[in-house]
Amino acid sequence: MEQKDHIIEVSKLNKSFGSNQVLKDFSMKLVRGENLVILGKSGSGKSVLIKCIIKLLEPDFGEIKILDQDISELDEDEMDLLRKDVGFLFQSNALYDSMTVRENLEFPLRRHWTLEERENKAEEAVMEALEDVGLSHTVNMMPAELSGGMRKRIALARTLILKPQVILYDEPTTGLDPITGREISELMISIQEKYKASSVIISHDMNCIKMTSNRVIALIEGRNYRTDTYENLMKSTDPKVSEFFR
Amino acid sequence: MDVINSPFFKEVGEIARFTGRFFKQIVKPKQEYEEFINQCFWIGYKTFTLVSITAFIMGLVLTIQSRPTLVEFGAASLLPSMVSVSLVREISPVITALICAGKIGSGIGAELGSMRVTEQIDAMEVSGTNPFKYLVVTRVMASTLMVPILSILAIAISLYGGFLGVNLKGSVSWSLYWFQAFDALTFGDFIPSLIKTFFFGFAIGIVGCYKGYNSQKGTEGVGRSATTAVIVASLMVFILDLIAVQITDLLGLT
Ligand SMILES: Nc1ncnc2c1ncn2[C@@H]1O[C@H](COP(=O)(O)OP(=O)(O)O)[C@@H](O)[C@H]1O
Ligand SMILES: [Mg+2]
Repeated sequence: MEQKDHIIEVSKLNKSFGSNQVLKDFSMKLVRGENLVILGKSGSGKSVLIKCIIKLLEPDFGEIKILDQDISELDEDEMDLLRKDVGFLFQSNALYDSMTVRENLEFPLRRHWTLEERENKAEEAVMEALEDVGLSHTVNMMPAELSGGMRKRIALARTLILKPQVILYDEPTTGLDPITGREISELMISIQEKYKASSVIISHDMNCIKMTSNRVIALIEGRNYRTDTYENLMKSTDPKVSEFFR
Repeated sequence: MDVINSPFFKEVGEIARFTGRFFKQIVKPKQEYEEFINQCFWIGYKTFTLVSITAFIMGLVLTIQSRPTLVEFGAASLLPSMVSVSLVREISPVITALICAGKIGSGIGAELGSMRVTEQIDAMEVSGTNPFKYLVVTRVMASTLMVPILSILAIAISLYGGFLGVNLKGSVSWSLYWFQAFDALTFGDFIPSLIKTFFFGFAIGIVGCYKGYNSQKGTEGVGRSATTAVIVASLMVFILDLIAVQITDLLGLT
């Protein structure tokens, strides 16, 4: 069976809030198996971009295709089905703070598994996802009892529970100390290998980018300013690009 | 028209749209029954004690304060009848609704507000659970059901407070008190009073959810959602009460 090459295709995406035009004709492609980093200043529209991809925000114009489906043409149910294949790691983790770690991880199963499947296989799936992030012992704890790095791992475990084909990471290492940030980056790499997932990673943490990226997009002034490898971008003499590396 | 564009009318319009969305979601299949039951318990648990104590005191105080006036007219024996009508028709339902506006309205506003700003609502959507159904529909339905139940409880307890109040300075037997109290009451007293509590509960749920669900970014926004939810919900209770009185009056149920 022939596998589709492009997991995500974004073309000429435009999005504004009032008079603030955040994205202007932004285009990108995510190839199967790759880790694509999106690099941009704070407030440059990185979160807006991936929220458009997962349809949390509606673009003004432009086309977004995930696994060859144009998401603007999908109804609610079809979009939910597609979201099963797309994991999203929120910058704020977005753990449900009234639920235990177990309940947090089981939550995405509500929609996608039958009651019978949930009764028989949920526990196993929860434990597997927790083992992947090395936190099996926290299964009965509340999110408030965990450290920042642990919360990030639990949030990652929650996105893994449905075994997505693509994972969208919104600043996975921002706000963590450098050592924890490094651990998260390593975890991302090992998970990528295990699940054969592709990923879009939003980041301005150079360590994380260096470790995880296959290609990097510099998002500048709402456009895909340049797409290249980390090494080439680092050598760039263009002042708009090189300011990220100073 | 500047009036139409004023923040007040905008808000009213937004709440109306939100209410419309509620009705659209509630007719769709697959409701979150478990979460609905949880919310009912939560509301009962949060307000039971306060509603009981307040209702008891209201019944007691109203009776004590009404006695001198009735004595002046030589009508002290009418005390149970008079007190029961005010407690059933007005005081118990409104006090219950105000307590719920304070506790449930602010509780829902703060809970959904913090879920909004910490992206938990977005996370639900991404994981395929409709957050409007899971969070809003369940909470609005729970408060629509629980406020009437709590009102009935408040009516019973306040009438008991009234019994003690009557007996502080006079002597009316247990059975005579209840006979007199219920003799004065008709279905025209009970039913409109019960019906309006459903509207109170609905308004409290909708306002709390609306404020929380549309919370602005930042933790400051969460506090604002909670406080404005209480203010708007209390105001709604009074407005609805006014409308209810007019309607029962027009229907001749006085
Ligand atoms: N829901 C929203 N309403 C209005 N403006 C928004 C909204 N979300 C984001 N913005 C604006 O879009 C711009 C980009 O935001 P964002 O994508 O969050 O930046 P970042 O690249 O740091 O993730 C910012 O100027 C922000 O103010
Ligand atoms: Mg961001």
